[in-house]
Amino acid sequence: MKFSSEEILETVGMIAEDKLDIRTVTLGISLLDCADPDPAACARKVREKILAGAEGLSEKTDDVSAEYGLPIINKRISLTPLSLVVPTADPSAFIEVAHAIDSAAAAVGVNFIGGYTAMIQKGETAIDRALITAMPEVLAATQRFCASVVLASTKSGINMDGCYTMSRIMKKTAERTRDQDGIGCAKLVLFANPVEDNPFMAGAFYGPGESESSILVGVSGPGAVRRALENLGPDADLGQVAEAIKKTAFKITRAGELIGRAMARQLGVSFGILDLSLAPTPAEGDSVGQILETMGLAMPGAPGSTAALMMLNDAVKKGGLFASSSVGGLSGAFIPVSEDASMIRAARAGAITIEKLEAMTSVCSVGLDMIAIPGATSAETLAAIIADEMAIGCANAKTTAVRIIPAPGKDVGDSVHFGGLLGEAPVMAVSRVSADNFVRRGGRIPAPVRSLTN
Amino acid sequence: MEKKRKEIIVTVIGKDEVGIVARIATTLAESTINIIDINQTILGGEIFAMTLLADRIKSRLSLPEITERLQDSVAGMSLKVTVQDSEVFQYMHRV
Repeated sequence: MKFSSEEILETVGMIAEDKLDIRTVTLGISLLDCADPDPAACARKVREKILAGAEGLSEKTDDVSAEYGLPIINKRISLTPLSLVVPTADPSAFIEVAHAIDSAAAAVGVNFIGGYTAMIQKGETAIDRALITAMPEVLAATQRFCASVVLASTKSGINMDGCYTMSRIMKKTAERTRDQDGIGCAKLVLFANPVEDNPFMAGAFYGPGESESSILVGVSGPGAVRRALENLGPDADLGQVAEAIKKTAFKITRAGELIGRAMARQLGVSFGILDLSLAPTPAEGDSVGQILETMGLAMPGAPGSTAALMMLNDAVKKGGLFASSSVGGLSGAFIPVSEDASMIRAARAGAITIEKLEAMTSVCSVGLDMIAIPGATSAETLAAIIADEMAIGCANAKTTAVRIIPAPGKDVGDSVHFGGLLGEAPVMAVSRVSADNFVRRGGRIPAPVRSLTN
Repeated sequence: MEKKRKEIIVTVIGKDEVGIVARIATTLAESTINIIDINQTILGGEIFAMTLLADRIKSRLSLPEITERLQDSVAGMSLKVTVQDSEVFQYMHRV
């Protein structure tokens, strides 16, 4: 036969037991032609463009999934940053357009749509300010629309005023969604050096440098990687471990490439990118933390976690890059706390702290992700945590992000429950040492030097 | 260019019993699906494992419908049937 039984059974096992799947098929849609100073007209244009562009997205995705026998979990849409689409410095204009987008997303059957986005890494315009002012209302009043704000980049440094503003916006957003443990903040991502073709929510937006419309695919198979390492046994050295990860990443990526091309054909748009990221879900086994455990760490967060994660992240890229010429997006391992069963256990046991997570984000994508902290955490402390994460991205010329939930009324020892893919998380301790005076200085931290890199 | 073949890979795994291959082959024949190649073995003396390459170009059934028919044909037996487009394996296992 053209395939051996071993090869066939390996693939069947990856899908049936190890939860190998296409995590998301995200349709990027440019809204640059929808700009209109009249909010009602802008909302109408945006809605029509989404309805036309994503017509049949849901059904066609299901068809491709059924025809190839490969599960596709999420269908999503990413949009041009809304700050480039609504040319009106009025928060109510953003709220009106956001509602139109949310209802259009519901109509085409996607569970999340990204692009409530402002880019203020160097400073904010009056339009950015209006978008940000409306953000708590938008995140509380819409179901599907996800927000992101760019606060730093290697080329422009860190907008500290922006960090402080956004920490207050996060607290307001959490308060507005208090009855759901501050879920509004789970739809808000703060970035340094974001990519413009990320298919993963909540941080996806469709950058101004992208084409009219394209398919962005996120594959994921942390379970398949873990299985490959289990099969390798505890005695294999780390070179062999890296090799096994590479081989598995290659196969996972090929599955994504196949689906991406099929989806692009079905929708009549170009195939944009394939994102290699290992993205966990709360389902048992579908966990990045468990890969670290299989490597030999008792729990993620143990000493050695940063080294293990660096190797994992690097090996995934090496295997994936050979498998596809369209690799893009974030393409690293995600370590969201609430969305990974092993990370949740480690956080409950006190094995992992925010400080250790911060260190780990210097070697993987993306950042401090889905971490619940006490609702009483001050805006200054939160801004300082954001600034630290931005600094890691800024100095290392990589994407970093913050998606933290200051859970209203909750303290260390409590848990937050979001349900579904967003999972649940124990509230983690935050340092009580003050950074107030540093944060209140405001201004901008200059861009880092790119030579003398020691 | 029109495809000459539309290949699927059928996998059947589970408790060994008499007549599994016959039932699967009959169901495929009734669905005008042509078997191209079969591998069948008993793993560890009791687990039945079959992988089968077939051409469904003449069949009107969708892939989920084929899966359902095959699963129905071995209903009551402890077997798991999966059907996938062979392109998946081509992509994942061949450079």
